[in-house]
Amino acid sequence: MKKSLFLGTLTAAGLAAGMSAAATLDDVKARGTLNCGVTTGLVGFAAPNANGRWEGFDVAVCRAVAAAVLGDENAIEFVPTTGKTRFTALASGEIDMLARNTTWTFSRDVDLGFEFAGINYYDGQGFMVPKELGVTSAKELNGATVCIQTGTTTELNLADWFRKNNMEYEPVPIETNAEAQQQYLARACDVYTTDSSGLAATRATFEDPSAHVILPEIISKEPLGPLVRHGDNQWGDIVRWTLNALIAAEEFGITSANVEELASEPTDSPEINRMLGTEGNLGEMLGLDKDWAVRAIAAGGNYGEIFARHIGESTPVGLARGLNAQWTEGGLLYAPPFR
Amino acid sequence: MASHTDPSKESFRPSMLIYDTRYRGMTIQIVALIGFLTLLGWIINNTAQNLADLGMRPSFGFLMEPAGYDINQTLIEYQNQDSHLRAAFIGLLNTLLVAVMGCATATILGVLIGILRLSKNWLVGRLMTVYVETFRNVPVLLWIVFTMAILIETFPPPSAFRGDDPEATMAVFNSVAITNRGVYVPEPLFTRGLGDLSVFGLFQISIDLIVILAALFAGIWAARKVRQRADRIQNATGVRPTTWHFALGLIVLPVLIVLVALGFHFGYPALQGFNFQGGIYMRNSLIALWLALSIYTSAFVAEIVRAGILAVSHGQTEAASALGLRPNRVMSLVILPQALRVIVPPLISQYLNLTKNSSLAIAVGYMDITGTLMGITLNQTGRALETLLLGMLIYLAISLSISAVMNWYNNRVKLVER
Repeated sequence: MKKSLFLGTLTAAGLAAGMSAAATLDDVKARGTLNCGVTTGLVGFAAPNANGRWEGFDVAVCRAVAAAVLGDENAIEFVPTTGKTRFTALASGEIDMLARNTTWTFSRDVDLGFEFAGINYYDGQGFMVPKELGVTSAKELNGATVCIQTGTTTELNLADWFRKNNMEYEPVPIETNAEAQQQYLARACDVYTTDSSGLAATRATFEDPSAHVILPEIISKEPLGPLVRHGDNQWGDIVRWTLNALIAAEEFGITSANVEELASEPTDSPEINRMLGTEGNLGEMLGLDKDWAVRAIAAGGNYGEIFARHIGESTPVGLARGLNAQWTEGGLLYAPPFR
Repeated sequence: MASHTDPSKESFRPSMLIYDTRYRGMTIQIVALIGFLTLLGWIINNTAQNLADLGMRPSFGFLMEPAGYDINQTLIEYQNQDSHLRAAFIGLLNTLLVAVMGCATATILGVLIGILRLSKNWLVGRLMTVYVETFRNVPVLLWIVFTMAILIETFPPPSAFRGDDPEATMAVFNSVAITNRGVYVPEPLFTRGLGDLSVFGLFQISIDLIVILAALFAGIWAARKVRQRADRIQNATGVRPTTWHFALGLIVLPVLIVLVALGFHFGYPALQGFNFQGGIYMRNSLIALWLALSIYTSAFVAEIVRAGILAVSHGQTEAASALGLRPNRVMSLVILPQALRVIVPPLISQYLNLTKNSSLAIAVGYMDITGTLMGITLNQTGRALETLLLGMLIYLAISLSISAVMNWYNNRVKLVER
């Protein structure tokens, strides 16, 4: 932590010496790689696979941005960050963007000086308990020992929720997900709480996932999304619209399989044409070329494909789309128009 | 009249600052100091400037805002609507608690092992060598995590105590519950308690505790008087009266009387809901951190003690024996007082190390100052620079205080040379 702060200060000093803020796009292009901050490892969201290649739902956003900007989805330097180090890493310029299931909150957006580029997962904090405990509602958790992954908004939500419901609990703060698992499985805590997507991802790695239940109560709103530094609006726009392109692609039925074909000649739909660059000059406005969205979608597919591949119901994580369905299907995903 | 002229006084010329050896050293030092201060100023200015560019203006206002999070081990009252400052203070107390417990245990263990390692018994000596080499050659973080893992994995969870035929039962006449969350021991309760005293409205102190401590200290003071009288008699007559039963009575009786007067009894832990309730609860995290830190540090202390004892020449032992002193007297009156002046200075460093190593607490989820101020508060407010700066200042203050106290002690035990 101290080291990264020191390095961060050095980096910041170096950056400031060379140029004023902004121009992340030029930096990334000159460097040839995108520095993307991810978690230290959460199955389904960001974790290296057996071959050491980073994969996951958050990683896919990084890959789409790298594909859009650099034309190569592998031109990424992944920087694993903990709950503690992530903001310093981003603020100091060590990373260009942070895609690390980070909750969009007022103070992070306004006070810490970051720019949330959108929401790629609508989450909420939940509780996981062993089935044999016989607990069916979080309201029955009075006096329980609760494992929390420290350095997140979960601590505050938990304190607020138990206070609101006039219940007692004993917090056991844990630094990483792996340690929390160890304590939870040894029953050193009765309950494990974090974002319910994280619970599902953690449960997927257990020997017997069916012996654990995720309680129905969701005690907070946790809109997770990628973020960038304040002050470089062009870079913020690129990340924001890359994410929007992935979401819109699902809505329009553009997949990794048909994107090349749809982009080869103008289609009947003007919005698809504008997005894929066969009409208008949206790419130019972003400071990229006209094929930026084609590459972003080709990298990992549209939002639905990414979801299904990494955290969907057919994966061990097994999350339903729920709130994360398209607005046309009763969810909250709603990309602004491409025009 | 002796004609005698003073050497003509050379007037000062600026070039002398470089070419005159009288001034050169001073010049170089001043230039170096200016250079160093300039560098320091540049670094501070640069950091402040860059932080301002990033939109992060240093401010300590967040310390007064509500912390919003809960802390499991609080030595004084705390609830999640208290300020970040109070949360930091709770953390500081937890740091001090584990540091004091650790230093005391490390000293006792270390002295014992250091002396035993010099034992003429081959087996005891070798065993102690193994102890020292094992514990001091593995990083302390691993010992902490390892101890925690043992505590978590080997002891039963509280739910194992439930039911008519539980898998686990309480130890020591059904009064102590050892679980994988921590150890619950009976707590002292008073039926005729005197209540609490509020200190500056900041925290409460039990008046019972103050009364008991007062009785204890009065007893110790009286016992000391008895010993001084015994010394006087010994110096005058050469015969030392037996005093230990007086001393014991003087220390124990007042405390016993106070305890009976207050209606002392034990409150036993009992399983209620998810956890045991009642009793004193020592969390796993505290036990793991305390054990690991004291065992690790005791290995170093043992070596320091051994070195100190070996530094006293063997002739001292022989001389003392020749005067007719028994071996334990030789150790306590002749060897140890001389060894202490060698032992104390490096011992200070070990205390400082132990205190600073306690910042590894977060590895086991112990909420010390690193976990509260530089952990959760840092995260919730995003004020990395401010919290880390404050944390460093606090550790500096703790370390300097330990250093000051130990140096005062060192001055008392050091050899007085005339």
